[in-house]
Amino acid sequence: MRTCLESFEGYILRALGRDFGERLLPRNLDITLCDQMFLIASGLIWNVYFAGVAILFGFFLAIGMAVAKFSQNKWLNIPASVFIFVFRGSPLFIQFFFFYSAFVLLPRSGIDIPLGFVTLTLDTSALTTAQVGGLIVLILNTTAYSAELFHGALRSIPKGDLEAADAYGMNALTKFRRVVFPSMLRLAWPSYTNEAIFLTHSTTLVFLSAFPARQQSGEAFYYARYFVDQTFNPFVAYPIVAAYFILLTLAIIGLYGLVNRRLNRHLPKERRQRIRFRPQYIR
Amino acid sequence: MFSFCTDPSVLPDWQWFACYFTNATHFQFYRAFGVVIVLLAVTAPVALAVGMLGAMALRSRIWPLNWLGKGYVNIVRGVPDLVFFLFVPIALGQGIEWVMHHIQCPDWDQPIRQGNDFIVCRDAKVPPLNSARWVYDLYAFAMAVTAFALVFGAFVANTLHGAMQAVPKAQVEAAEAYGMTRAQAFRRIVLPQMWVYAIPGLSNIWQILVKATPLLFLLGIQDIVYWARELGGQKTSLFTYPHDDWRMWYFLALLCFYLFLTWVSEFAFGRLNERLSRGQATAAGERQRKAAA
Repeated sequence: MRTCLESFEGYILRALGRDFGERLLPRNLDITLCDQMFLIASGLIWNVYFAGVAILFGFFLAIGMAVAKFSQNKWLNIPASVFIFVFRGSPLFIQFFFFYSAFVLLPRSGIDIPLGFVTLTLDTSALTTAQVGGLIVLILNTTAYSAELFHGALRSIPKGDLEAADAYGMNALTKFRRVVFPSMLRLAWPSYTNEAIFLTHSTTLVFLSAFPARQQSGEAFYYARYFVDQTFNPFVAYPIVAAYFILLTLAIIGLYGLVNRRLNRHLPKERRQRIRFRPQYIR
Repeated sequence: MFSFCTDPSVLPDWQWFACYFTNATHFQFYRAFGVVIVLLAVTAPVALAVGMLGAMALRSRIWPLNWLGKGYVNIVRGVPDLVFFLFVPIALGQGIEWVMHHIQCPDWDQPIRQGNDFIVCRDAKVPPLNSARWVYDLYAFAMAVTAFALVFGAFVANTLHGAMQAVPKAQVEAAEAYGMTRAQAFRRIVLPQMWVYAIPGLSNIWQILVKATPLLFLLGIQDIVYWARELGGQKTSLFTYPHDDWRMWYFLALLCFYLFLTWVSEFAFGRLNERLSRGQATAAGERQRKAAA
């Protein structure tokens, strides 16, 4: 039996790969409570990575997508609406399977893109890993969901604000930067907080679908499931992972709450929007 | 299926595909789509019933019942759903066997959890040992329905509770002025009118439920995801219908199936909302009244 300290040293970074701790995961009767706590905790590294990077990229893409959907030009509006419909109307689980099986079909050696005098070689082998391919699916998915939220916020920007901006003689870009964008963000922020929470929770699906967990390095729920398969006892690992996710959720609410305070700081107190936690996880 | 299907390797393309899409395994794939529909058809009413009970508990003035309702709704909503989907079937299965064990074999002296094994006596196995294959399938399906109903019941309870509170207070007060009891007012006034307030929330939950159905795969049920993986995988010339890796196309078909389902439900809920708004004291109901006049 390992002591708790040995478990900590062996497994707290194990999710990064087999060079970062014990080579093998604990098995059968050798599993201690500390093993479960630390190995599942190490899996959170990937949950944070997937959620953080996807939200970062998804945020900017979603703004573009929302503006495109709101635009009156049908060449922007229709593709954006279709994109949002496809990614919001189908299960993320199936999206993972679809993109994985599509990425597998790409040639291993990479794709050559001739650009006149130079040839750009796209590296495609990374796309079949969860860390790149799975991340791309998550980015596309959160882009669609957030774009819908931002689009709703764009629609509800007060008319007077826009007229005031015009009256000041702002050009389109300045108007967007100084009036439209801050208002949109402020109006969408409470729902966007919930979107960030859902996204974090749906990172648990990455390794449960098609993407392989190489060297048994997976995210927190992957390890929880591993322990339940080994011990046939769902009453330890699942509550641990649930507790970790509740902590993660609270951290997100705290972080987004700070931003929300900043976005609302110019408003009188009774007009400020409060963040309400409305979890509806499955996407 | 077709008479010309005896030797597919010599067939021209369209006949090859006609035979390929009508072979026995493909029919199991098509049946799996039926399983999704059945799951939705069974889970939705069960979840609605669970949600109704939950909402009544939330409204109840008896505090243990009220606390039970609050605890249920908040615990399910606070924990990631995926944990629940995998936790409930296995925990419930072990729970049932544990109870059966104590009923059937009271004089069993060994512990049930021995190391990593969960051991109950022979008579306590659920479903009974050596049952037919379909009994196991049905049991797994029932477990899945239970897990879905528990999770979605909590969502529904929350929505229905909100809808009950949204019914204008004056109407309930009027009912009480007529001498109706609390239960009567609920049955005659609140219950018929709450649906128009509940529909937007319920339609949201329905869409989430539709998108949760592929998780059946994780419960070890041979659902559409399972068959798409099986059928789409590369088949060598040892098989009757050899082909390359076609999983992408099979998953594309699933994607389209789900898009169609969500699109149809959006449409259906729109119609239902129109119907329910008739004669209601809401903006939509008022618009209908004016259009008719």
